[in-house]
Amino acid sequence: MSRVHADDASRLAAGGFRRRFGRLTGYWLALPGGLWLAIFFVVPMIYLLSLSLMTGDFIHGFTQTFHFATYGHTISLYHDQFIRSIMYAVIVTVLTIVLAYPMAYWIAMRGGRNKSSYLLIILLPFFVSFVIRTLQWQFILADNGFVLGTLKNLHLVGSGFHLLATPVAVICGLTYNYLPFMVLPLYVSIERLDSRLMEAANDLYASKFQALLRVVFPLTVPGIFAGVLMTFVPVASDFVNAQLLGGAKTTMIGNVIYTLYLTNNDYAGASALSFTLMGVLLIGIFVYARALGTKDVMEAAAL
Amino acid sequence: MTPADPPYPRDPSILRGSMQRRYSRRDMLRAAGLLAGTGLLAGCGVAGARAKAAPSDYWSHQKPTKYLDWAQWPLYIDTATVKGKTVHPSLQEFTKETGIQVNYQEVIQDMDSFVGSIRPVLASHQSTGYDLMVLTNGIYLTQMTELNYVIPLDHAMIPNFFRYADATAKNPTFDPGNKFTVPWQSGMTGIAYNPKYVKRPITSFDDLFDPAFKGKVGMMADNQDLPNLALVGIGVDPAKSTEADWRRAAKRLTQQRDEGLVRAYYQQDYIAPLSKGDLWITMAWSGDIFQANASTPGLDLKFVVPEQGAVVWTDNLCIPLYSQNPVSAMKLMNFVYDPKIAAMIAEYVNYFTPVPGAKKYILDDAKAATAKADRTSLEQIADSPLVFPTKAMESKLYRYATLTPEEVPVWNLIFEPVYES
Repeated sequence: MSRVHADDASRLAAGGFRRRFGRLTGYWLALPGGLWLAIFFVVPMIYLLSLSLMTGDFIHGFTQTFHFATYGHTISLYHDQFIRSIMYAVIVTVLTIVLAYPMAYWIAMRGGRNKSSYLLIILLPFFVSFVIRTLQWQFILADNGFVLGTLKNLHLVGSGFHLLATPVAVICGLTYNYLPFMVLPLYVSIERLDSRLMEAANDLYASKFQALLRVVFPLTVPGIFAGVLMTFVPVASDFVNAQLLGGAKTTMIGNVIYTLYLTNNDYAGASALSFTLMGVLLIGIFVYARALGTKDVMEAAAL
Repeated sequence: MTPADPPYPRDPSILRGSMQRRYSRRDMLRAAGLLAGTGLLAGCGVAGARAKAAPSDYWSHQKPTKYLDWAQWPLYIDTATVKGKTVHPSLQEFTKETGIQVNYQEVIQDMDSFVGSIRPVLASHQSTGYDLMVLTNGIYLTQMTELNYVIPLDHAMIPNFFRYADATAKNPTFDPGNKFTVPWQSGMTGIAYNPKYVKRPITSFDDLFDPAFKGKVGMMADNQDLPNLALVGIGVDPAKSTEADWRRAAKRLTQQRDEGLVRAYYQQDYIAPLSKGDLWITMAWSGDIFQANASTPGLDLKFVVPEQGAVVWTDNLCIPLYSQNPVSAMKLMNFVYDPKIAAMIAEYVNYFTPVPGAKKYILDDAKAATAKADRTSLEQIADSPLVFPTKAMESKLYRYATLTPEEVPVWNLIFEPVYES
């Protein structure tokens, strides 16, 4: 008897606690995340926006003048690099999807017991510094390196042919560096698929290819979306690959922002470009999310 | 789960809560955010980074210490290996003579990132942890002096400099009266080529524009060497150049790029492609080519001072603001101008030494050298115009343009689009 009473009492107490604090529990739990966002995202964003509207110079300081013309001025100076960055990002994203989808599919469906080993292999290059990994491509793609040197000896390409210092090299480097960011979300979304769905499709006379196209692919769209978010955005603002593998006309917007900020100390111009880049990327992502259907985006966000 | 669980929550407040209109709070937060945001936007500014100039009696308050933190570029001082440990004999002499321990750190890779890393520290009134640093003349050094981030030198403490320094080291255009700096070493920006691929003599700046080298030409990706060498190349002394000259030089460089002559614009990394044949001809620093040839057997890169002239730059010793051991830094400056010490350094680094008297000591060392190879290489160094420039060569060397803070953005806007396109 007494045990029942105690149980009831604790349940009552818990109920009271829940009634009093329950409404706020979610907010308390969200507090660390919210604070993190506020300190490391909202405050810097406002600061960046504010800085982009200031005028002045490094030595004498910057004052707020709401000088919106900085935006027009920097975009008119650097629109080539801007458009190039977006183009590279689109190409790289498509390439990573094409490369990553079969990889993720194979690991998820055929990986068997070794799934985690295969994932580790994909992640292994990440144990090496980003810059070093990119520098390796300088060796791989060198004019007389083991790839082009061999091709030249076989007379498959002309002796003047080169890849380094061309857009191809930059896109190769970017694709290589961001591939795992596409493989992982795709793997998660493919791995979660119920294999009975494929069996059902086959029972309903869908060929393997049709099952892939009409059942597997639509169900993994959230994974693709997450992958696109994780590749497109950082690729568009990357500056290392263009710096190390690029040539005379491969400068990306990240390089320009870097120079404006660190070499020229043009904080206003650099902030304006960063803010424009962020705006363009956000708009692009929202348009893309709309095209895929908002519901899927929510699922992707929950991934 | 009991079978009697109803399909809706038992607590009616949950139902009520889920049906209530909940936008009001969010709207209020949004309005508050907007208000705060606008306030913040208008409110903040960025204070000027200029520090107060060091007081005129600064040096009378400084006490001698037994320690020195020195920020330096890699491979820029004499080095020896003793019992598997890398040591710097000239610094060992310094410690023996003065009792000052030197913490020699090769932390400067390029001016961009080094100045970029110490500037915010100084702007927040903190010590950089260095007492002595080596900065190249140019936009950054001018900026550092404009900001009062370097301490004016105490000339009474560097008698060796006034006794032994070359005339070119004294009173340079970028630091009149050596108020803030004394030279460490100088070097040239000219043209280098790989004779394995370039089969004709290179003599002129215009050789960088030869269609025969299409796609195999390297240029520098910076707002100092590239513009200044281009100015010299079109026959203008950078120190006397005007904005119209800058535009002419930039036009020439843009043409070169758009005709597909330039393979890429390089920062420090042109030696590897030049050795491998990815580049045939490139803008280069004199010391780099010497060291590349010395460290790679069989490599025979050539360095040329173009007939139009080359750009000479100077790396300078200076003391950062908030230095903890400024007296030690002054003592070191004086010490390295002793011709005997200057010779030790010159024998190793092979850049222009600011101490002509070092030549005698290098020749003495050559006489004393037991191995024949050592003797020849020391004699070569003593005769090298890359260490002790001849009068004929000096007449072809030009300093960087000295830009006022107002001119810098104009200059950058003209030249940066060339290499950042």
